[in-house]
Amino acid sequence: MGKTLSEKVWDAHVVRSAEGEPDLLYIDLHLVHEVTSPQAFEGLRLAGRPVRRPDLTLATEDHNTPTLDILKPIADPTSRKQVETLRQNAKDFGVRIHSLGDRDQGVVHIIGPQLGVTQPGMTIVCGDSHTSTHGAFGALAFGIGTSEVEHVLATQTLPQKKPKTMAVNINGELPDGVTAKDVVLALIAKVGTGGGAGYIVEYRGSTVESLSMEGRMTICNMSIEWGAKAGMMAPDETTFAYLKGRPHAPQGEDWDKAVEYWSSLKTDDDATFDLEVDIDATQLTPFVTWGTNPGHGVPLGGVVPEPEDFDSEVEQATAKRALEYMALTPGTPMRDITVDTVFLGSCTNGRIEDLRLAASVLEGRHVADGVRMLVVPGSARVRLQAEEEGLDKVFLDFGAEWRAAGCSMCLGMNPDQLKPGERAASTSNRNFEGRQGKGGRTHLVSPAVAAATAITGHLSAPADL
Amino acid sequence: MEKFSSHVGVPVPLRRSNVDTDQIIPAVYLKRITRTGFEDGLFSAWRNDPEFVLNQDAFRNGSILIPGPDFGTGSSREHAVWALQNYGFKVIIGSRFGDIFRNNAGKAGLVVGVVSPDTVQQLWDYIDANPGQEITVDLVARTITLGDGTEIGFEIDDFTRHRLLEGLDDISMTLQHEGDISAYEATRLAFKPKTLPARTADTIA
Repeated sequence: MGKTLSEKVWDAHVVRSAEGEPDLLYIDLHLVHEVTSPQAFEGLRLAGRPVRRPDLTLATEDHNTPTLDILKPIADPTSRKQVETLRQNAKDFGVRIHSLGDRDQGVVHIIGPQLGVTQPGMTIVCGDSHTSTHGAFGALAFGIGTSEVEHVLATQTLPQKKPKTMAVNINGELPDGVTAKDVVLALIAKVGTGGGAGYIVEYRGSTVESLSMEGRMTICNMSIEWGAKAGMMAPDETTFAYLKGRPHAPQGEDWDKAVEYWSSLKTDDDATFDLEVDIDATQLTPFVTWGTNPGHGVPLGGVVPEPEDFDSEVEQATAKRALEYMALTPGTPMRDITVDTVFLGSCTNGRIEDLRLAASVLEGRHVADGVRMLVVPGSARVRLQAEEEGLDKVFLDFGAEWRAAGCSMCLGMNPDQLKPGERAASTSNRNFEGRQGKGGRTHLVSPAVAAATAITGHLSAPADL
Repeated sequence: MEKFSSHVGVPVPLRRSNVDTDQIIPAVYLKRITRTGFEDGLFSAWRNDPEFVLNQDAFRNGSILIPGPDFGTGSSREHAVWALQNYGFKVIIGSRFGDIFRNNAGKAGLVVGVVSPDTVQQLWDYIDANPGQEITVDLVARTITLGDGTEIGFEIDDFTRHRLLEGLDDISMTLQHEGDISAYEATRLAFKPKTLPARTADTIA
């Protein structure tokens, strides 16, 4: 019997397999950032262990870094200490680091693909749940905790129990104004936040094939939001074209060998998945969330649901609490919900294509009264590229704030936070209670909806303008 | 890691579903560079509410948490496990957990047992009738014993259970297979990328 894409990549990385034990997997790339690594490096130090493969490790500063005055010392002393600790650890252990102010600094899941160190068929881990982003290249990529970070630093391997396989078949042409973000929000609303638990998911079908790498990354990025271990897509010409000429892409003969290998990384015709889910892309519309987990999504043209619309008692109770937290009344049209903040950025939607799309909607207009819009490029290179294309000017003329790269308001760890009671339309990935700041309320949206919302002040799509 | 065989403690009912790791500990509390001191951030949005379960006398010193389904979803932050441990929790019993959270717990020595949703309800009902009464979690037998003698089974995978019972350090275990790792490394495809020497768009331009 044939193998699925994920089985091929998994099997190619098994260092050791034993009855009753998880497989020991080799890790091709370990991405490191300041928040989930200090205790891991400290563990190495205490045990007198080196980093086994600094040449397969890459560090950057993103979660806890400011997006203003980035060349000044970080104002918050505990934040500063954490960032300085990463710099010292990188120095002590010989790990490459792209620090604040460096042209290659940025959100860890943006800089990997950008540098070309994310490639098909690799195993990639990082102490961050959105590591699934790299699956868009046909890599097996997943988030790990700090103990596992230490394990990978010390051994370049990770013991892992083999998950089940799932196919998400997405077929048909996306209607105008519907983006990769809408696809994944609609998917999560359909399957629920636990729907992917225990599975590696392969997104496949004509819709996926027609997406850009940026769009593919947006979908894979949110795999964790429905509980999947990882999300993957088979590499194809779009993948190869994206990688060609990147700083760490193979060159010359190596390129040809790599493309030949990468081309074999697709699910065999006679392979089977443990579970399949179908999405008809032609029926999708812009999707937004109303509640406090990413499964709480509805079409923009829909209304805030009643708790009774949910099947189980537990889901009903969760919905009821979400409505209270979000201060929303069932039956309210989503388009009537007004916001005071719009956040464009994050590892979900902070790439150049996202900024271009938003700028194309905003151009020649002005931000709605009382609305604050933050534009945070996913990496310093995205910022430079946007400035080269004049997008910064579009955002500034519109009345938005043009910030330096980082995770920023996606997780509200740096000063970019919502105040209690503030409501945001956000292109990020989590609408959890307090995620963007204590008491802050989040509606997850696509970059197109974020831009249109910044113009009108209430949840809107470009078609509404 | 300390060996764990059984634990006697007060169970705490957390009647909420989808308690993601941002609820367990928000990002602003993740700035420390140690594994300790995170107890202040535990459930921080709810801790000031006098009605919150950990603010009730019967549960203040609880050490066995019994949450609703999908506990520990979301962010990979192991700080969520540390915050629970720093507060004093030794065991979490629930019907469904975030994958990364459950992994992290196993590595850090926090026991996560899985039971059916009906069993969670049964435990909540028992606690309602007997608030503050201790129960026993036995990892060897994979059982929970209530004060009235009722015994309930829970699931935990064999490998994690073995590691917890023996207090084994994962890294030492893996390094016993150093030879396998080196042998694998010798077979890796030559075109796979290396981060060093560093290349950037500027150095290749």
